[in-house]
Amino acid sequence: MRVVAAMSGGVDSAVAAARLIDAGHAVVGVHLALSEDARAVREKARGCCTLEDSADARRVADRLGIPFYVWDLSARFRTEVVEDFVAEYAAGRTPNPCLRCNERIKFAALLDKAVALGFDAVGTGHYARTVDGPDGRELHRAVDLAKDQSYVLGVLDAGQLARAFFPLGGSTKRQVRDEAAARGFAVARKPDSHDICFIPDGDTRGWLAGRLGERPGEVVDESGVVVGSHQGAYGYTVGQRKGLALPRPAGDGLPRYVQSVDVVSNTVVVAPGELLGVDVIEGDHLRWCGRPPTGATRLVAQVRAHGEGLPGQVWVDGPTVQVQLDTSVRGVAPGQSVVLYDGTRVVGSATISATGRRPRG
Amino acid sequence: MSVYLDHAATTPVFPEVAAAMAAQRDRVGNASSLHTAGRAARRVVEESRERLAGVLGARPSEVVFTSGGTESDNLAVAGVYRARRDADSRRRRLLVSAIEHHAVLDCVQALVDREDAEVDWLPCDAQGVVQVADVRAAIEKDPESVALVSVMWVNNEVGSVQDVAAIAAEARAHGIPMHSDAVQAVGHLPVDFLASGVDLLTLTGHKVGGPIGSGALLVRREQSVVPLVHGGGQERQVRSGTLDTVGVLGLSLAVETAVGQLTVEGPRLCRLRDDLIDGAMGLGYDIRPGGVWGRGDWASRSAGNAHLLVPGCEGDSLLYLLDAAGIECSTGSACQAGVPQPSHVLLAMGLSEREARGALRLTLGHTSTGADVAAVLASLPAAVERARRAAGVA
Repeated sequence: MRVVAAMSGGVDSAVAAARLIDAGHAVVGVHLALSEDARAVREKARGCCTLEDSADARRVADRLGIPFYVWDLSARFRTEVVEDFVAEYAAGRTPNPCLRCNERIKFAALLDKAVALGFDAVGTGHYARTVDGPDGRELHRAVDLAKDQSYVLGVLDAGQLARAFFPLGGSTKRQVRDEAAARGFAVARKPDSHDICFIPDGDTRGWLAGRLGERPGEVVDESGVVVGSHQGAYGYTVGQRKGLALPRPAGDGLPRYVQSVDVVSNTVVVAPGELLGVDVIEGDHLRWCGRPPTGATRLVAQVRAHGEGLPGQVWVDGPTVQVQLDTSVRGVAPGQSVVLYDGTRVVGSATISATGRRPRG
Repeated sequence: MSVYLDHAATTPVFPEVAAAMAAQRDRVGNASSLHTAGRAARRVVEESRERLAGVLGARPSEVVFTSGGTESDNLAVAGVYRARRDADSRRRRLLVSAIEHHAVLDCVQALVDREDAEVDWLPCDAQGVVQVADVRAAIEKDPESVALVSVMWVNNEVGSVQDVAAIAAEARAHGIPMHSDAVQAVGHLPVDFLASGVDLLTLTGHKVGGPIGSGALLVRREQSVVPLVHGGGQERQVRSGTLDTVGVLGLSLAVETAVGQLTVEGPRLCRLRDDLIDGAMGLGYDIRPGGVWGRGDWASRSAGNAHLLVPGCEGDSLLYLLDAAGIECSTGSACQAGVPQPSHVLLAMGLSEREARGALRLTLGHTSTGADVAAVLASLPAAVERARRAAGVA
């Protein structure tokens, strides 16, 4: 097949491209330019769209002897990922921009352009597996559970999956690094990127403050008593403990966590950890990686990139889903994605719209 | 077998030039050394200088060897600006065409940003030609303040030939030096340094069948230039660095060869160019040439330049699709971080950003044949259709 290998300049996508070639595909390397100001990123430390990363990707492509292009998707990235990220925070939710990028950029803008130009598929260095099942291509967790990235791919629908290759899903990170070294890639020992690529210094709150401005307000406890102040409710996320800077400890001496964020009243509510647990999650913006579940189904939910799997009962009701977890879990924020698994298979995902606690009987 | 149609980027070295360079490469000798080996190298350098001067209407002492076009442009623009400003602090204004190569544009911008220079960008018309009247008006605004006029001889994207002699005459009338980047002119159309009236002229080896990394700046004897690179002062105290004997030999032989073949090669390339432009226009995609074009005319448009505007396409999509079909060409414009930017030349010609993005530069050279033109015309329809589809989705 004719495959575009999305090459970020990191070790994973380099090895993925090499494996696609070994598998017999006609491969072209494409680096996505996602920042509209190439000059600005040059001065930043790290990210996935710096000039250095682009040059690293090109070096690997040259070594593999494949054509290499930089495609400018920065305008799409700004409107569909960065602006959405800001709007979600402004609305008091906690988005995951990596899922958004996979849904709208890598497996939409990039894939659509590739298909229009005559390619059959896009391959990336994500740690996840595809399995061709009776109902089409299935998405599964990677063999290396510590690196598993199936969570950020939980937004792909059947059509996108049918045109996706993830050649690293059967390997461990260690194996991939060793293979990169054996293939002579200069990026073999390049450190992993962790941060949100458009916030290279990792200071999300500071970055948001630069866009949304400071909006001082009150921090209250679960009974409504003012216990502190903040510079903008949008900068807080449910379950957060650090950065609250409460002036005095609570009466019981226990730490306080963000229980909820109300951007309309610009209020952050804190509570002791025991009140943070939720066992009901409601979601919308459903994305199914195949056939959607019908009726009440036993599945496993995951609410953050490297979070644990939470068994529960799932009901799909039209455009919404409700998950009743067997046990309660802390730090679940509206805007986060819940990805649903059946064993290792990704069933689909939803954006969390609300959380709650079942009445105890 | 690939079809190479990017001769304006670089063109293959003439076989006889490569052979002469290979023979010279085995000989030791620094042209500044006084012993036998040094004298032998010196002789090669000076004969190369005479050869180059001879075919370009310059005196041997007016040839300053450099590392190529970019260095020559920087030396001319910054070197003359500094010399003129140091002699008279009022002279800070640079009159530079908006369609120059980045080697000139970015050097000018650096002087504006860091050395108090001012710039008046000279516009061009819709055909990519700078109007002499605009140069005159810019000079006459305040002749005493002008440090330098710089207008290229042939535009590297659309191949438009500028009226450098007339512009030089305007500058000279006010005692203002004139520089011309002739990288795409030397060996492509008749260039006579003395007759042109230009005071500084940039040329490079690898656009005419010589080696990459060798070039020259022709500098009229009485023109002072502040050096960029300090050291042994090997070249008239204007440029330092051990002379690249092999490179200057290759440069001079290539220019001599190209100039010698011009009366045959010019009309031949012009016919191929016209076939390519005519053929592309006949494909039915509203393709038209960028810049001035007339069949059989290689006095106002470089003989080897077939620049095409393809509506509804992104140039980089066409580039990929043609490359996949074995055709190597260019969009003509520069990249920033690998991302193609809309051409400043096409924008200066009044095209919209959208129109400017659908550009394809196919440039012919001494190895080009009618089969190359036929291959492009055969591959273009499928490429245009796919590129249009891609433009619709991304």
